[in-house]
Amino acid sequence: MRHFWLGKLDSHALPHAWFTIGGTAVFLLAALITVIIITRMKRWKWLWNEWLTSVDPKKIGIMYFIVGGVMLLRGGLDALMMWLQQALGASNMPGIGGEAAHGYLSSEHFQQIFTAHGNIMVFFVAMAFIFGLINYIVPLQIGARDLASPFMNTLGFWLYVGGVLMVNMFFMFGGEYAATGWLAIAPLSGKVFSPGVGVDYWIWSLQISGVGSTLGALNFILTILKMRAPGMTLSKMPLFTWGSLFSMLMAVTVFPLLTATLFLSFFDRYLGTHFFTMTAGGDPMMYTNLIWMWGHPEVYILMLPAFGVFSEVVATFSRKPIASYKSNVIGMAGVSFMALSVWLHHFFTMGASTDVNAFFGLMTLIVAIPTAVLFFTWIATMRGGMIRFETPMLWFLGFVAIFAVGGLSGLILAFPPADFQLHNSLFLVAHFHFNVIGGVLFGIFCGINYWFSKFTGFKLNQRIGRQAFWCWILGFCLSFIPMLILGLMGATRRLDHYDASTGWQPFFVLMLIGGIVIAIGTVLQLVQIFASVIQRHRLYDATGDPWDGRSLEWGTTSPPPSYNFTVIPTVTSFDTFWEAKKNHALPGPAYEDIVIPKNTAAGIYIALFAFLLGFGFVWEMNWLAVVSIIGIIVVLITRGYNEHSEYILTAAEVEKNEEKRAELHKKRLEQHKAALHEEEMGLVDFMRYMLKLGMNYIRQKRRKRT
Amino acid sequence: MSTQHKHKHAVAKAILFLGVVFGGLGAYIVHFTKDIRVGPLTTKGPIAAEQANLIYLSLGIVLAVLVPTILLLYFFAWKYRESNNKAVYKPGAHHGKAFVMTMWIFPTLVMLVLAFILVPVTRRLDPRKPVNNGTAPITIQVVALRWKWLFLYPEQQIATVNSVTIPKDQPVTFELTADETPMSSFWIPNLGGMLYAMTGHVNRLNLMATAIGDYSGSSAEINGAGFAGMRFTANVTSKQDFGKWVNQVQYKTNPLDDTAYANLRKPSEAAPVTTYSTYAPDLYNTIIMKYMGDMSGMDMSSMNHEGHTK
Amino acid sequence: MNEQALTHHERLEAAANDRVKFGFWIYLMTDLLMFSVLFACYAVLHGNHVGSPAGRELFSLPLALKETLILLTSSFTCGIAMVAARRGNKNMTLFWFAITFILGLLFLKFELTEFRQFILEGHTLKTNAFLSSFFVLVGTHGLHITSGLLWMGTTMIFVMKRGLNSALVRKLSLLSLFWHFLDIVWIFIFTIVYLGAFA
Repeated sequence: MRHFWLGKLDSHALPHAWFTIGGTAVFLLAALITVIIITRMKRWKWLWNEWLTSVDPKKIGIMYFIVGGVMLLRGGLDALMMWLQQALGASNMPGIGGEAAHGYLSSEHFQQIFTAHGNIMVFFVAMAFIFGLINYIVPLQIGARDLASPFMNTLGFWLYVGGVLMVNMFFMFGGEYAATGWLAIAPLSGKVFSPGVGVDYWIWSLQISGVGSTLGALNFILTILKMRAPGMTLSKMPLFTWGSLFSMLMAVTVFPLLTATLFLSFFDRYLGTHFFTMTAGGDPMMYTNLIWMWGHPEVYILMLPAFGVFSEVVATFSRKPIASYKSNVIGMAGVSFMALSVWLHHFFTMGASTDVNAFFGLMTLIVAIPTAVLFFTWIATMRGGMIRFETPMLWFLGFVAIFAVGGLSGLILAFPPADFQLHNSLFLVAHFHFNVIGGVLFGIFCGINYWFSKFTGFKLNQRIGRQAFWCWILGFCLSFIPMLILGLMGATRRLDHYDASTGWQPFFVLMLIGGIVIAIGTVLQLVQIFASVIQRHRLYDATGDPWDGRSLEWGTTSPPPSYNFTVIPTVTSFDTFWEAKKNHALPGPAYEDIVIPKNTAAGIYIALFAFLLGFGFVWEMNWLAVVSIIGIIVVLITRGYNEHSEYILTAAEVEKNEEKRAELHKKRLEQHKAALHEEEMGLVDFMRYMLKLGMNYIRQKRRKRT
Repeated sequence: MSTQHKHKHAVAKAILFLGVVFGGLGAYIVHFTKDIRVGPLTTKGPIAAEQANLIYLSLGIVLAVLVPTILLLYFFAWKYRESNNKAVYKPGAHHGKAFVMTMWIFPTLVMLVLAFILVPVTRRLDPRKPVNNGTAPITIQVVALRWKWLFLYPEQQIATVNSVTIPKDQPVTFELTADETPMSSFWIPNLGGMLYAMTGHVNRLNLMATAIGDYSGSSAEINGAGFAGMRFTANVTSKQDFGKWVNQVQYKTNPLDDTAYANLRKPSEAAPVTTYSTYAPDLYNTIIMKYMGDMSGMDMSSMNHEGHTK
Repeated sequence: MNEQALTHHERLEAAANDRVKFGFWIYLMTDLLMFSVLFACYAVLHGNHVGSPAGRELFSLPLALKETLILLTSSFTCGIAMVAARRGNKNMTLFWFAITFILGLLFLKFELTEFRQFILEGHTLKTNAFLSSFFVLVGTHGLHITSGLLWMGTTMIFVMKRGLNSALVRKLSLLSLFWHFLDIVWIFIFTIVYLGAFA
């Protein structure tokens, strides 16, 4: 009976190690503080109505940023823990901490950390930020009011949140995450070698958020292909939108493969099937193929929108249209198409025939051609431009060098015989960090610095932003250049300890120092945001177009109204907004009826049930899984047959709303003018400000008491 | 201070900053890599040497193309900075067909060059191909176990754990497989690249050592908790010493019988180096056949937590 | 003014219809890709029956043929139902969908009979890789049929309650697409799994 209700769950599953107790405590504490603050501010209703159940892609975008940002800190903490372990992991150093023979972590714990680090950074950080950017910016860029299916959008977001919860659930229940590497290669991830719940958490966190990604991708494709403003033919589409379109086309192609593969892996573990087992005719090599058919394109799904961001930023800050727009678009198309046909280069060493290896090596070389073309279009755009070095441009310039080294190391790895020596070494790990941090993460930072005023109505602080940038560059070089060297010194990846005679330790120590510098950079980015909030009047984006931008998103206010545009603009050329601005031909105010989708909590409910479904399967509580499936079906039916999911905002109401917004703008403008004399806050000013704030608070408290 | 000055100042500061960082980093790297002995670039055999040459060659070609391109980008960024009044702002610059063609053809040509290197070198360095130096290769069968390496010498009928002794200047064919162990990767960086060891499969890896010495090897693919400790030593000796060593091992009676093998199959970390004077001749085949076809008759209960199918 | 608003609204609805249909096609493509993984697994694993009987000894071709004919007929009746729905004939729509529904149930019944027989003979999805891939491929199709039936039943209830309004006709047209899609997938299963076993 107990087993029926609780499955495998028992008191052993509750936290009892320092890191699970710590993790649980942090989680509960954070939840408690949030609840207290919201309750004291009486903001529950507001939170639910304005944010959680909202179907506005702009709000969903912001929510992606917030959850993704928290997960960035979580994944970064994992990275620091690994760096520390490896710095201490030489065989001549005594182990500190209970089970650890070397360093302070046991082997299994270390392996769980790097698995979680990979999953979190790719799935729950990079994907979140990319989806956030697309959500916010793409509808604005194509002159749309909303996405094709607002409901699917909120559902996708909440499934992502369900995945986030699932990946962190092991702190509270089970105490172990998968210790298999981020792709959980079979047969290591099978029941025989991984009998615990760790791999099950892995499967369900990826499964839930993966379905969300598929839905999101489908929705964005529909939006981009079917909802562009009149006159915006494909050949007039902004480049970030193009990058997003290619990225999402790849996503709908490969995420179904992931979903199917994860199901098969789940069946192997749960039902005892033999897809990827070593015995009874199963074929683990098939898993390697299937997972990389998704895994390789996944990196490009993240990269293409980032390429788009860079193209926008280079054009804007060079004050020139992108050079050879067509080549840029074809380049991105080429990258995304080729990326679907190189997956085997991730396992040249598995023993495929020479010709197969050579073929996939050649395919990998071909990817470099369209990538190089993208770089050339950027170079040609900068030539003859008038370049401003604001923070978005800095992130672009940082990206160029780092990504180039990533590409360089990637080309070496494309040669199968060279790969035999470098595969699974730290050279490889460094290679993809050059690409993913230098390319994707810097692209995200670049995009956030670029569009921040669109999100909030005020620009980001540039001074602290520059300092954060340099910290990242310095920290990155210190931690990842030694990693390249370590690979060439024969260091394999995923080592929690190593022989002292290898001479690797000085480099691991350097990596740890680099990691700390990166952490400082991350803190500075948070400070940058807080300092900008403090000086929001001074940084107020009065025109909605702070960088003298070129595409439609700069033609609406910052932040835009929920319907984005009062009247959908008509597009005549690639640079319609820029030209209208230069010719002083911006359209005047006009109003029309607007159909607005109603808020819905159905996405939250479905994601909740999906989470419970996964949780039920992880712990073998079959009743919970069944109840969850029924729950999902019921919510889907209620939502699917609800014919009143929209309402009409009449032209008169829009006009009234616009008048209100204009008044607010006037007020803000006055505050802005009053604050213009302020110097932009530096780090020291910020600390002084915070200190003063704290002192005032204490003083007030004292005054109240007396 | 004028904006122009301020800008120059900022650029100078950035260059100084990067100079200090890379100077320091370079000095640190040079200092600590002075006497490295492991790794793909410290080659002790022809395969590793060719692979290292390939790494250098591809690195050289790509660097030759990449560095000028990136420098050009940074040069333009600096030259066309807003504060530079001397640079001409040409927002309407048109990029003709010639420019677009070059943009596409140039990288294509570079990749063609690389492709002409890639295909033949992939064939030449096929790990299945025995190293050809006029001597017949010696075969060593390798079984990945949790978490140790078992080496069987079919010609000498001896076996070792976590240590493999090979004669200098004689080609070696490693036949890699695994037993009750997830995918592992067999790697001796000083001698040449890695290949996976998988249950039910044999991957052939041909290497040769040309210098006497002890070289470290490992599993490069994660295969469970003891993965980091799954290391072994490759001892390269002279041909005479190899013969002597074989005699010694055969002389010291310690057969690898069923009990001994059952013990080896049990997961353990950092297993001590052991030598076996003899083993059942069909051991290797049994290990492979265990994962192919009919398995009734095999005792798999030791590995299958779930209970096994009939 | 009012009339203008209406046309504006109608235009929006036509665009929405267009989007939904296009989106559903993309969804069908993703579903097809999932099936392609299962087919690939079956292609790789169908020879690995490790001492247990192969497909040739297990499958009954007449049964599979019966299932195929039932599903094909249901596709046909579904088509008739859609013609009725587009004409706005509520009763005929309901009648033909009811026939389709019954045929779908019948198909499921035969499929489950086959599964049950295999399991009783001791050939379960745990036995070997061949049976794992067989059960999962055919079972996934069966699950799709089940969800199709659920969708059909629910929509029919709403048609009874609300009549054939534009939103429900749109749902029915998607449903019929889905049903034809499952038919095509089944043809592949029939050819590759059942006919393939005897080839």
